[in-house]
Amino acid sequence: MTTATMTPAALDGSAPVSPRRERAVPDPIPFTRILGVELRKMFDTRAGFWLMASIVIASVIATALTIILGNRDDLTFDTFAASVGSPMSIVLPMIGVLAVTSEWSQRTALTTFTLVPSRGRVIGAKLVNVLVIGAVSMLLALGVGAVGNLLTSAITGSDPVWDIPAWTFAQIVLANELGMLLGFALGLLFRNSPAAIVGYFVVNLVLPGLSGALASSQEWWMDNAGWFDLNQTRFLLFDSSLTNQEWVQLGLTSMLWIVLPLAVGLRLVMCSEVK
Amino acid sequence: MITIESLTKRYGTFSAVDNVSFSAQPGRVTGFLGPNGAGKTTTMRVMVGLTEATSGHVHVLGRPFGALPNPGREVGVLLDASAQHAGRTGREILTIAARTMGLPKQRVEQMLDRVSLTEEESGRRVRNYSLGMRQRLGIATALLGDPEVLILDEPANGLDPAGIRWMRDLLRDFADQGGTVLLSSHLLHEIEVIADDIIVIGNGRIVAGGTKQELLASTGTLARAAEPVVLSRALEAAGIVTTVADGAVFADADLATVGRTAFAAGIPLTELRTADGAGLEEMFLELTAESQRDSLTVLEGAVA
Repeated sequence: MTTATMTPAALDGSAPVSPRRERAVPDPIPFTRILGVELRKMFDTRAGFWLMASIVIASVIATALTIILGNRDDLTFDTFAASVGSPMSIVLPMIGVLAVTSEWSQRTALTTFTLVPSRGRVIGAKLVNVLVIGAVSMLLALGVGAVGNLLTSAITGSDPVWDIPAWTFAQIVLANELGMLLGFALGLLFRNSPAAIVGYFVVNLVLPGLSGALASSQEWWMDNAGWFDLNQTRFLLFDSSLTNQEWVQLGLTSMLWIVLPLAVGLRLVMCSEVK
Repeated sequence: MITIESLTKRYGTFSAVDNVSFSAQPGRVTGFLGPNGAGKTTTMRVMVGLTEATSGHVHVLGRPFGALPNPGREVGVLLDASAQHAGRTGREILTIAARTMGLPKQRVEQMLDRVSLTEEESGRRVRNYSLGMRQRLGIATALLGDPEVLILDEPANGLDPAGIRWMRDLLRDFADQGGTVLLSSHLLHEIEVIADDIIVIGNGRIVAGGTKQELLASTGTLARAAEPVVLSRALEAAGIVTTVADGAVFADADLATVGRTAFAAGIPLTELRTADGAGLEEMFLELTAESQRDSLTVLEGAVA
């Protein structure tokens, strides 16, 4: 009997079911709307708001410290860029991680994916937002650094030194976007904030040490680590121009450390149960 | 309208949902009744695409949930009122949902009003909400898009008696306007007072289904007299099938017929009531009794 379809009929067969007014099938949800909603969700909690605010706050503090503590006569734009860049390289990947994991940690994924069943579109919107936030944050941070540079020259009375060419700036943005992507990928992979954050720091802080230790004892690794270790080439982006081989290494290691976990994580998100 | 056909969800060798088929009709409130862990939630999660079915399928308004262009406008869902970001305000949660569905801002105010969340409460963070308030917020989210179908998992949880009354009226109203309501509960009474149709699930399988009247109708009459055998004979003589057990006579007829027959035969009755042998409650109690779990096959035979 359990297999029988149970379709309870109205009792007297003529139950007055007033037909609900004629309804038009609603329009599909446009991607831009999902983008807007996901962006809003990154700012509308205290934690989210202060994480975003910390971009500006950290830049201001780093700049102020540079002016106060640095040797003002030697300060150039490059010094400021470096000092605002270091907090960015920590905050931005965290934004990438939390953009994904908060849905699972706070269990909002239940509502999110019920309202937008196409999980790929939601993740896609998050990814676009994260990358845009990354670029905007870098511009903001560099802007704060530029103000610091102007301030310093006003204090010392010398001309400000603008020694960051556009290509270096582009490389710094790229390096930070890669960091964010790595965070985002780990977020997808773990779907758990602490695990993904720890994972990020293991990849970023522990692995370079291990790689260095390995390189000091293993000659082959010293020569070839660039083909496997994302950090080695990614860190080069911050202050040097890359050779062709280094660009290829960057591409390959990005495939290994970013695209692969991103693909696996996406696959897991697409077919896993949302609890 | 919700149609579920041969739905099965297995986790390894464990079948959480086992070949479940039923439908929820427009204009009616369908109660999905079963003890905890019977498979109600899993079935509902598959319905809205959060869990993938092992086999079988579910259609909501004629298509799989994932194929609905803007699901919130057609199907209101409340699976877990606590699954909200604790740091968002109630109003913000509704605003996000309204934006996703493409609804005007006023809709949020209307819904807050509809579920009786005050201005002050809507500005509070959900972390500080009672379960009842979360439940109201969840119902507001479900109703936000003016849907045709409501899928609610244990919506009465955490509501006070007045809240339960309020929700009952709300769902009744929704169904009376032609909407489809599917709500689950592990409390028989709750379903009894609200549902038109009842589906009973136990250990992942459907064990009974039908209109409330059908399922709650008693299976016969229990009568006692000083001499049960004499009473039994008198009833049999009137063409009523009877069985005698424990000094009582079980008759396959309604109360009035049994009473009249006994009176006509001049037999003074000491007790006359509806037999609760295989009634819904009995069946449900058996389902909920942990010790009865493994004898479910026997029970299913009895129901069939």
